[in-house]
This record gives sequence, C-alpha cells and structure tokens, in this order.
Amino acid sequence: MKTKVGNPPPLLRLQNITKRYGTYVANDSVDLALEQGQICAILGENGAGKSTLMKTIYGIQQPDEGEIVWNGEKVAVTSPSVARDLGIGMVFQHFSLFETISVVENISLTVPGSLPELSEIIRQKADQYGLNINPESPVHGLSVGERQRVEIIRCLMQDPKLLILDEPTSVLPPHSVKQLFETLKKLSGRGVAMLYISHKLEEIRDLCHSAVVLRQGRVTGTANPQQATSAELARLMIGHDIPTARHAEAKPSCEPALAVSDLVYDNPDPLGESLDSVSMVVRPGEIVGIAGVSGNGQSTLARLLSGEIRLQGDEAGSIRIFDRSVGDAPPGMRRQLGVTFVPEERLGRATVPTMSLADNVLLTAHRAGLVRKGLIRRRQQADFADSCISDMDVRSRGRQSIASSLSGGNLQKFVLGRELLLKPRILIVSQPTWGIDVGAAAMVRQKLVDLRDTGTAILMISEELEEIFEISDRIHVMYHGRLSPSVQARSVTAEDVGRMMMGEFDQTMRAA
Amino acid sequence: MTDTIIFVLAGAFATATPLLLAAIGEVVVEKTGVMNLSVEGMMAFAAAMAFAVTYQTGNIVLGFGLVVGASVALSLIFSILVLGFSANQIISGLAVGILGLGLSGLAGRNFENLTMMAPANLLLPVLSDLPVVGPILFRQNVVTYFAFAAAFLTWWFFARTRHGRITKVVGEEPAVAHNLGFAVIRIRLFAIIFGAVMSGLGGAYASTILTPGWSDGLIAGRGWIAFALVVFGTWRPLRIAFGAYLFGALLLGDLAVQATGFSVPPQIMTSLPYIMTIVVLAAVSRNALLIRLNAPVSLGQNFRPSK
Repeated sequence: MKTKVGNPPPLLRLQNITKRYGTYVANDSVDLALEQGQICAILGENGAGKSTLMKTIYGIQQPDEGEIVWNGEKVAVTSPSVARDLGIGMVFQHFSLFETISVVENISLTVPGSLPELSEIIRQKADQYGLNINPESPVHGLSVGERQRVEIIRCLMQDPKLLILDEPTSVLPPHSVKQLFETLKKLSGRGVAMLYISHKLEEIRDLCHSAVVLRQGRVTGTANPQQATSAELARLMIGHDIPTARHAEAKPSCEPALAVSDLVYDNPDPLGESLDSVSMVVRPGEIVGIAGVSGNGQSTLARLLSGEIRLQGDEAGSIRIFDRSVGDAPPGMRRQLGVTFVPEERLGRATVPTMSLADNVLLTAHRAGLVRKGLIRRRQQADFADSCISDMDVRSRGRQSIASSLSGGNLQKFVLGRELLLKPRILIVSQPTWGIDVGAAAMVRQKLVDLRDTGTAILMISEELEEIFEISDRIHVMYHGRLSPSVQARSVTAEDVGRMMMGEFDQTMRAA
Repeated sequence: MTDTIIFVLAGAFATATPLLLAAIGEVVVEKTGVMNLSVEGMMAFAAAMAFAVTYQTGNIVLGFGLVVGASVALSLIFSILVLGFSANQIISGLAVGILGLGLSGLAGRNFENLTMMAPANLLLPVLSDLPVVGPILFRQNVVTYFAFAAAFLTWWFFARTRHGRITKVVGEEPAVAHNLGFAVIRIRLFAIIFGAVMSGLGGAYASTILTPGWSDGLIAGRGWIAFALVVFGTWRPLRIAFGAYLFGALLLGDLAVQATGFSVPPQIMTSLPYIMTIVVLAAVSRNALLIRLNAPVSLGQNFRPSK
C-alpha cells in the first residue's frame, strides 16, 4: 500500500523481523503496520511467536534481522527503557509488580519523579480513567484486578503512543474485563495504538479494529475482527474448526471419592492465603469446578489436597479420599490411592525445569511400571514419554527436550498427558488450559470430559469462567478463603457466578 | 564499676566495627539476591594484607587502600563464577572464601605474631571531654564512625532512594526486573564489589586498629558472625547495627565479668554473646510480615537474561 503524500507514516512499522533461538525460528520475516489509535489483535496458537514479537518491540530482546520503524524513523530498541522513551508501554501477562513495596514505589522504578508527586499523578490518572487505586497500598494486599490497574496506570503515566497488552484478561473476573475495555476504548479514542494478544475471540471481536494471525513465527493472514465470526477467527488461527466439548449429563455415583469437610488452615506465611471452613465432595463420574479470582485460597487448597501442605494428625479427617482420612498423608500415599494432581505452576511444581521430558515423566509415572527394583526401565520410560507427547500433541523436539524449553501451553499439555495416562480415579487439576490456545484448550477439555465418563472424579480449579461452565457439572466459588456451597452448572448464569466471585454467596444463593 | 560499664559500652563500638562493616556489605549483596559466603576468607585476606602493608610502610591509609583493591580483585573471581558462568553461589562463595583464607596465610607468613601500635582514636574538642558520653561516643576511631554511618546510609538508600528500590527488586524477582529494563547482572556485580570493599575494610580494621598485629586465624569467625547478623537482623541495616553492637558489648561484658572475679563457668560466658545476640535479634524481629517484606526472595538463585 502506498502512503499518500501528506498522510503521516504509520506509528509503528515492523519490516522483516526475524528472531532465532539456535536453529529454532521464533519469528520469521514478520511485517506489521499500526496506525494511531488502532487496536490490533495478535492471534496465534501457543508457540506461534506472539510473545517473542512483543518482547522484541518492547526491547527485552533484539531481532536478528529486520527493522522497527517508529513514526517513519528507523529505531533500535535496545532496552525497555528505550521503548518507554519512544512511548511504548507494555502490560505483562504475569504482571511486573513487586509485592514487597507499595504501588507508588513500584511506579517510581520506571517513572521519574518524587514519591509525593507520583502519588498525585497516580490519583489524577486513576480519576481520569476510572481506575480506582490507592497509591500508598502495598502491592501484596492487592487483588489481581487491582494489580492490573496499577500496570495500566504505570503505562499511562508515560503518555504512551503504543500499548502492548499480553493476555490482559486471562486473570480478570468478568466485571473487571468490562471496566478494562472501557478504559482501552477511551485510550484508543485519544490516539493510543494497541497490540492486543488474547486467546479469547469474543473479546477481540468486541475491542479490536484489525487482527494479524501468526503461525509458526510467520504472518499467515489478517482479518477484520468486527466482521468475522469467532469461528472464522479460530479457523484462521489454528487452521481448522474448533471442536466444542461434548458434554453429556453426568452420572455420578453416590459414594464420594474426595470429601473435604470443614477444612480450616491458617497460613503461617503472612502474605499467603488461609482457608476458612471449606467443605465439598467430588463423586466418581463428575467434574466439580471451583471458580474464583486467583489469590482467594485456591492455591492453598490445591496444596492441601495434594499433600504438599500436610495437616496435623487430629485435623487429618477433614480431607478424605475413598473414606480414608488423608489430611496428614504425604503426596505419595495419596497418589497410591489413585489420585493425580496437575498443579498450577508448570515449572518447579509440575516439572523440573532443567530435566528432559523423559525424566519428568518419571516423577509421577514411576508407579506405572517404569521402575523395577529401584532401576529405571529405559524402554518403558521412553514409550510412556512418547505416548504422552503424541496423545496430547505436545510440540517439542522429542522426549529429550528440556522442560523449560517448551512454551507454557505445550508444557501444560505434557503435564496433563502424564497425569491422564496414569488413569487416575481422582484428578485434581488447577488451571487446566491456562495459556493454552483455543484449539488445544478444546482438546484438553474434551479429554477431561472423556475421563469423567470413565468414572473418574475430577476437581477443576480454574479462573476461566467459560471453562468452568463448559465442562463442570457442579460449581463452587472461592472467595477470601471461603468456599460457596455448590450449584448445578446448568441452573446458574455466568452473572450469578460472577457475583459470587465478589463474595456475594448468600444473596446469590437465595436468588438462584 | 562505672568505669567498667563505660569500658564495655565504649569498647563495644570498636568490637562491633569489623562485624558491622562486613555485615553491611553482605546485606547489600544479599538484597540483590546473591549469597556471598566468602566474607570470612575475604576478611582474613584483607586483615593479613592490611597488616603487612601498614607494618612495612607505616602508612595505614596505604594499607587500607591496597586492601580495597585486593578485596575487589578477589570478589571479581566470585563474580565471574556466579554472574558469568551461573555457578552455584554457595559452592563458589565457599571456594573463594577458602582461597582468601589461604592467601591470608601466604600474605601474613613473614608477619606471624608481630604487633604494632594502634593509631590514636579521634579526639573531638569539648565532646570528647564530656563525662560518660564523651568516652563512650566521642573517642572512637574514624573507621567506627564510618561503619555506623554506613549502616545508616544503607538504610536510607534502601528505604528512601529510587536506586535503593531498584537494587532491592533485583533480589526479589530478577526476571521481572530484567523485563522492566534493569541490568540485573550489572547491579549484582556492583553489589558484590561493594560487599567486598566493606568486608575488606572490616578485616583491615581488625588487624590494624582493633588488635594491631597478625597471627593466622585472627579473624576467628567474624565473617560468619557478620553473615549471621544479616539473617537475624532480617536484612534491615539498623537492626544489623544494633545486633553488631549488642554482640560487641556482650563479648566485652564477658571479659569484664571475668575481671571482677565473679565465678561463672567460662563455657557459658564465652557462648553467651552468640546465644544472647541471636535470642535478642530473633525476639525483636519476629514480625513475620516484616521478615517477608525484607528478605530477598531470590537469594541464592542465579539469573541469566535471555538474549
């Protein structure tokens, strides 16, 4: 396209950007142009090179080839501070706030000015965009929604011309998403351009003006998201239609597989989450979903169930597996009873980052005949790892790949595959599709439903409300360490659960 | 009796000085997420060097100056291992520490059991002549004032300045700090060098001012005590200064009690400073939230930025 004389050049133009890691090409000759005020969605599967591209624009890493043209001038973005000086801001997926200092102290790390001055500007920006936040609050006491507001305010304080948002809604409750979108639309109206990474196609249709599709590091297409349907976007992204999980009525048996009664846990870590009288049952053949914004006690609950945190002997009875009191039992004993776990943190909890996939298989699957008389059976180990990789379509360079070299979504598929192959009688899974693209997420959900139909009891902790609704049979909501009574997934609406996520159990329960 | 108390309270500043210097150096290093276990060896090497140079030239400033250079050189070995090659921090620290101890034996070989005169303490007009306060506070060596000023400045640096906050967050989550554009490796390198300078000064002070003389083993665990002070002071410089002073006072208290002829089993008296300092610091610092907010989360973990 020719630029007409008199028209300003695009705000940002990427030309032929290529980034390699060894022999692996993460970005392959990517071209992209962005006008002022334009919101452009970056679509793609896990490992398609979206994050790599954003990191290159923000100066965290340098491209091997190609140029970045900013306002018509070629620039070398050698570090994030250079990017910030140009007017590029980034809101990170996992946030880049430090918990031990306050909001304004965090902002002072990258924005010049004295603390009182900055506090004043924070208040102004907060008012201007309806992002309510107290600059003096310590970050460790903030909810995820509030943390994201801080990230956005920090970007706004540098008067950005371009905002990069990496999956900004993946951790937000529904009403915060609405608020975020209002802010983003306001900003776009003032001429701020945005690059928006998300797997949520409905959001992209609501918010974005254009969409660029990346596949295996290359730009494979563009679309107008306001005219395309979600299904069309999905097809562009993964190359075929997304299957939706077949979800027949659950036929749970009556005897609970997992029973938690009046579980109380006082976290010795002052920044940790405590639990207040949590009760629930999970029966064979049903999926019980626990919804809620993260940080409300879910990770503590998961650790108590897995045995990573063990209860005192006299409280052991508050967790029962097949009617055996296991609250004080170590994880290995719980696994012997047929429970498997998929923790939230893939690196460090679910896998050892520096070990190969084959060795990571051994961590939990050694019970499945991979070890005899204390010696590893290499043949069986390799077979197990291979079937795990092929069953779950894990994109890696084979079973000898180091766990930390896989993209987040692929590692998650691998971990799930490992635990599913163990044919558990109870599966406890946290954030099963977090960071996984739509196609893979649909596959994972289908696998969970299939597993349920074989009579496995599944407890799923997830922040994604859609996922909870898609495959759960019953739903609990967690808020401030308390767990709501369960509701039938088919008899409540997303709005009801959204309200429960803000702690309004009792009113909502009465209304439902 | 008053004299004894004044002796203990005044002497405690001097006894605390080498511990405090080394501990302030180490707290800055640890705040950036690096655990440097070479403090003891670093101090010993510095002590031997400082004594040798000062004894030969008679110039204590030259002694201190060379010590700073030598400590930095030694700490660069540690930096190359840990920051350059991502070697295990504990092993590297111990190895460099052992190297320092070995070098101290070498540097001090011809000076074994020699002694010299200590430089005079600072005398301030009027202030030094005040009763009680004068001898306690205003007749100390200039290095002692420097050590306590350093503790205060370090507190101020972390609590009040932007660079202090950046230094601190590098030790909290280096990956995030890197993504925000801070040079994690460079900040850690500066911290290690600062730590080396401070423990070098501590060692030099011990062999030229506190007990001017050299014999192998002169440092006698002071580096480890400094290391422990950092932890029990929960990474807060003012607590560390208090802990160092308390330890110095208890150490002298032991001597004072023995001088009065009061009979307490010597084992108890000798272990008392260690036990009491830990008990007191643990008691004043047991607020779990404050520990959590001050302890460097990534302590001991290496960081490699992706290119």
